[in-house]
Formats: sequence, structure tokens, C-alpha cells
Amino acid sequence: MNEPKLHSLAALFNTPDEIIHAAEKVSGTGYEKFDVHTPYPLHGMDKAMKLKPSKLGYITLAFGLSGAACALLLMYWTMSVDYPLIISGKPFFALPAFIPITFELTVLLATLSTIIAMLTFFFKFPDNANPLHDTAYMKAVSSDKYGICIYADDKMFNLTETKELLSSLHAFSVSEIYFPAEEKYPVLQPKFLIFLVIIALVTSSATYLTLNKALYVVPFDWMMKQAKLIPQSQSDTFADKYGMRKPVEGTVARNFVPYEYKDQLQQPEKPLENPLLPTKEALELGKKKFLTFCSPCHGNYAEGDSRLNGQFPNPPTLHSNKVRNWKDGNIYHVITNGQNIMPSYASQVTREERWAIIHYIRVLQKAKNASEAEVLLSKKESSSNGTK
Amino acid sequence: MEQSKFIYQRKDLPKQVELTGYALVLLGFLLGAVSYFAEPVRASMNYLIMFIYLLSIGLGSIFLVAIEYLTGADWSVQFRRISEFFASVFVILVLLVLPLLFNMNNIFNWMNKQFVETDSILKGKTSYLNSTFFIIRVAFCFCIWGLFYFLLQKNSTRQDETKEQLLTTKNIKLSAGFIPLFAITLTIAAVDWLMSLDAHWYSTIFGVYFFAGSVVASLAAVTFTAIKLKEKGYLHPAFTNEQLYSLGTLLFVFINFWAYIAFSQYMLIWYADLPEETIWFMHRWQYGWSYVSLFLILTHFVVPYAVLLSQPSKMDPKRLKFITLWILGAHLVDVFWIVMPNTTGPVISWMDFIFPFAIIGVLIVVFSYKVKRNNLIPIGDPKLQKSIKISL
Repeated sequence: MNEPKLHSLAALFNTPDEIIHAAEKVSGTGYEKFDVHTPYPLHGMDKAMKLKPSKLGYITLAFGLSGAACALLLMYWTMSVDYPLIISGKPFFALPAFIPITFELTVLLATLSTIIAMLTFFFKFPDNANPLHDTAYMKAVSSDKYGICIYADDKMFNLTETKELLSSLHAFSVSEIYFPAEEKYPVLQPKFLIFLVIIALVTSSATYLTLNKALYVVPFDWMMKQAKLIPQSQSDTFADKYGMRKPVEGTVARNFVPYEYKDQLQQPEKPLENPLLPTKEALELGKKKFLTFCSPCHGNYAEGDSRLNGQFPNPPTLHSNKVRNWKDGNIYHVITNGQNIMPSYASQVTREERWAIIHYIRVLQKAKNASEAEVLLSKKESSSNGTK
Repeated sequence: MEQSKFIYQRKDLPKQVELTGYALVLLGFLLGAVSYFAEPVRASMNYLIMFIYLLSIGLGSIFLVAIEYLTGADWSVQFRRISEFFASVFVILVLLVLPLLFNMNNIFNWMNKQFVETDSILKGKTSYLNSTFFIIRVAFCFCIWGLFYFLLQKNSTRQDETKEQLLTTKNIKLSAGFIPLFAITLTIAAVDWLMSLDAHWYSTIFGVYFFAGSVVASLAAVTFTAIKLKEKGYLHPAFTNEQLYSLGTLLFVFINFWAYIAFSQYMLIWYADLPEETIWFMHRWQYGWSYVSLFLILTHFVVPYAVLLSQPSKMDPKRLKFITLWILGAHLVDVFWIVMPNTTGPVISWMDFIFPFAIIGVLIVVFSYKVKRNNLIPIGDPKLQKSIKISL
């Protein structure tokens, strides 16, 4: 085994006055690496030890400021730029509402950085042991004595001289502290780490089992679990297991007039008569519905020139002689039942709306195929009436 | 050991200090009287600002004295007399309040009976806001303050000769009784003199806001005076800059406290956005008042905070002298900001610069009057030795 390495010389004193005097002398002699241990803080010790102001404050300040900046930027970005939301009529950048969060984050980063900086820079984490631990010196200074210890790596350190200096200050005991032969508390030893992991697993699983399984109480679900039929889900009430029932055969909805040629492919021999009068209201309704449901394929003027043209079998123009000669009931039949690629519009467009659309188609047809005389007549009418 | 040999010799302040005080009082009040004839409402409001400023110094100072006894603080014993002397401003305030009481018509709109008849909110508040009850409350508050000021300083002064521990114990008991009464009377004063200027408006935190401003101003006054007296050799020779550290720290703390309270008041009202509450801040944001509001944040929080943040600046006499004077000015801005937007006049007028002379004058006169008759250090206090030995 090697010769044990000297860590420091530790001296004990009886009164606070002695220790302050000793600290003044030691720092006055030129020692820099030494420390004082007292059971409670002593006023005037910083000065006696010639301690410079701690640099920790700058770290705290830097992180505090960055905390404030982070909070403000984050809230500015999320609340005002990326996803602006109006919250109780406040501006997107609502500074008063942001201040508490900014304050919290400033304090959080400042304290965390202070603690982490203290642990890493000043306590040299993960180093968690000090040769002074478990010595008679440490026992004394943590109860009622005052101690000073000069580290062996100080430039001025010399075992005999330093010992003499300490005794001349009336220390009642001076002891040599050695480094232990091997590290006493290795934090990063595999055994210790595995132990930590096991503890973490045991604690978390015990917590989980206790809180989520053993002590689990079903929350109030009386409203969720009721004895009732739920639409579109299975039910045991009926033999066929359907929760939703079909209406009785032959049921007709209110205000619904069945179409007698429904599901008949060819045009009926006796087409229906248009029950609607071509009033202004009917034409406006027809125009609205035509533009909504018909124009996407047939085009705004029923010429079959929509942007679907060329992508499918072309939608036919409604200005052909065939359609113009059709009775209203024939067009109604096509809208209701569909034809070729065109599906039935019975579910989207009501009966009345279908007849209104037919009136509007008739208007379009008339406008497209008007004779010269008719155009002149309508111009005359509009100039005399003012409206068409 | 040298410290116990120290024998306190009472010294009067230089003659010119007192003369300056009287001159400033004379100047302030003469010009103030002139301004009253020029513009009675504005002058009355300015007089109210002066009164509130002096009142807050008095309240803050007596609070500092009482809190020292209550907490059993050692460090502040050598500064206690300065607070006690400033608290004696109450004696003057009893006189200074009289012009206000005879001039309430110019200050409070709830005094106008015809106006109150047309205003249903004010009508509902008449049981509290009427001149008789107002004067009763003012008298009650002054009785409490005067009584406790008188008892506390009497015991403290007697101790200079008798050196009895018993007198300290008595004052501790007095302080314990005084602090709750102080909280009540200070809130009454803040509500009566300041909040009722805009009688529709209410804020539950207003008393605390006034308290925070008062303590900041009084601490600044104590710190400034202590440094000045130390420079001229009036205080204990063992007085070091390190002993200023606690004063600087308290100042820093109360600057933060003031900002915290002021912001709390603002944010809650801003967030709720109720017209009857926001109106008070709207009056302080429209017609040019926004500059005063922003200036107040800058002077009363940002600058003192930045200056006092580092440890050395909390005990550097030069920086402390600068910032305490700054804070005393900022407190004037604060009171001005509370009072003046209730008038319809311009933001700043020539007469706003008259009454501050009177404020400084009154404080100097009161202080030098007390220095002539009392010791500047409580030489009989058993804790004085401890107070002087404190170092970082």
C-alpha cells in the first residue's frame, strides 16, 4: 500500500474570537487554500478570511435574465405569432398576463442554475466525499468548537511550519488529515447505480399498484352507464341485437309525397305536371338550388361546360332539342331517379325544390334559344318597365 | 472594547440646516397661498399631495420603530432615533390637516350635495362618505397615531437616562397593540384621502399599496439621513458601511413589494376589464397621463431595482445617497399620480413644483427641532452595543 497522502492540517479552537483572529492570521500570512468550520455563521468571517465576493451571483443573474427572455419569447411566439388566440378580448401580446409567468420562469431558472452551479463548480459533483468527513475534527466543529483547516495543496503549505503557526494561535488541538487509501463513497459504482434503479422501480411500481389497483375506486359513472338504448350500438333488448329499429313497412314521413315511378329506368308514359307556378320566388329558389347541385356538372348556364368536362363522360347540355321538348315531368324523373352516370338527387333536393329547378332550367333554355324578335321584345319591355 | 468607552456627546445640527428648513417652509407656503388664489382646485390638490407625502413619511417611520421593537431587531437600534424624529411629523400634521378639512369642497366631489343627488352610486355611499363621519375618522386616526407616537418616543427617550430594560419591554407591548391599529388606520387614511377622490372606484388592495409606498419612502429617508449624519460625525464612530447593508436590503425588498402590489392591483383590474374598475387606470392613461404612468414605473421600480440589485450597492454610501433621494422623488411622483389625474386640468402645472419645497422644509424643521432636544442615538438602549458591533 502507498504512503497515505496528506489532505490538510486541522486545528480546533474554543471561542469565536479566537477563530476570527486565527483566520485573520492565516490569511494574513498568505495562505489561500484554507477553510473555516463553525457551528453557526460568524459575523465578520468573510473579511477575516479575505474572501472575495462569490461569483455565483453572476451565474444566477445570467440564468435569471435568460429565464425572463425565454418566457417572454415563448409566449410571444405561441400566443402572438404561431397560433394567435383571442382570450377574453385581450391583445395577442398581452404583457400584463405574461408577467407572472415571466417572473416564475426567471425565479425557476435562477434558483436551479444557482443550485446546479453550486454542486458542479463549488462542490465538484459527482465527488461526494471529503477526507474531513468522519473525523474527530468534523465532530467537534459540528457541535461546539470552531475549526480552521489548511489544505496541503496550498503553495505556502509546509507541514512543520504550518503546524507551528496553528499552535502559536493557541489551537487546543492540531491534527493531520489524510486522504483515504481508496475512495470511500463512489457515487458512480455499478452496484450503487443498480441499487438506485431497483429502488426507483420498486417505489414506482408499489406506488402504481397501491394507487391505481389496490385503492382504486370507480368514479361516479351513473350517468354513463344507464339502462337505455344507445343509437348505433348493440343492444340485448331485441332478438336481432339492433339498438336502432326500422320503421314499420309502408311508413311515410310527414309531408313526403312518394314518387310513383321511383326506380323505373325508362321515362314514364304519363309524366307528372309541374305543380309549382313559375313565380319570382320559385325561380329564385330554383336558381339557388341549380347553382348548388346541378351547375357543378351541367355548368352555370346548363351548357354542359363545367370543369368536369373532359374528365368523365361529358355531362350533356340541357339546351338540346331532346331536353327542350321534354315535359317537366321527364326532367323531374331524371333528377329523382338519376340517369346513366348521374345519381339520384332525391335525398338532397326536396320535391318542391326539384320543380323549382325545372322552372329555372326552362328560363335558361328560353334565354339561350330566344329568337331575334323575342330579344327585341324583351329589350323593349325592360326599357319601358325598368325591370325584366 | 474601545466601543464601551465611547461617550455620546450631543451636537446640534449646523444653524443653516434649520434656517434652510424654515426658508423652504416659508417659500412653499407663501407661494402655495398665492397659487390658491390663482387656481383653488389645483392648489388644494397639491396641498393634499404634500399632506399625504408627509403623512406617509410619518406612518412609515412609526411603523419602522414599532416593527423594530416587535421583531426584537438589534441591527436597527442605532438608526431608530432617526425614524422616531421623522415620526414626530404627526405633530405638524395635526395643524396641516386643518386647511384640508375646511377646503374639502374643492377636493372631494362627494361633498357636493347636488351632485350626489344626481348620482345613484354616490348616494348609496353617503352613509360612509359624509363630512361629519369623515372628520370623525380623521380625528380617530390622528388620536391613535399621536397616542402611540407619544408613548413610544417617551419610553425611548426616558431610557436614555434610566437605561431600564423594562422600558423596552413596555414598548414591545405597545408596538404589539399598535400594529393592528396601524393597519386599520392606515387603510382608513388611504381610502378616505386618496381612494375617495374618485368615489365610484374601489380597489381592495389600495391600503396595502399606500403602505408599501410609505415604507419605501420612510426607509429612503432614514437611510439618506443616516449616511448624511455619519458623514458629519453625528453617529457612533464604529458605524461602518456594512451596517448600511440591512437598510439597503430592506429598501430593495420594499421596492419589490411596492412593484408587486402595484402590479397585482393593475393586473386584476386589467384582466377583469370591468368598466367601473378600469376607469381609474383610464384616467391615468388618457390625456397625456400615460407618460406619468410609465415614468412612475421607471422611477419607482426599474431604476431603484437595477441600482440596488448588487450587494456592494446596498452598502455603498455614495450610491445609496443617490438612490434614496431618487426614491424620495419617485414617491412624490407616486402620490402625484394617485391624486392629480382626478382633476381636469393639464398634466403638469407650475404650482406642482411649489409644494415639494414645503415638504422638504417641514421634514428638515421637524428633524432639526427634535435633534436639539433629543439624543441622535438611543444611548440607553440595552441592544445598542449589539447593534454597533454587527458586521457582515
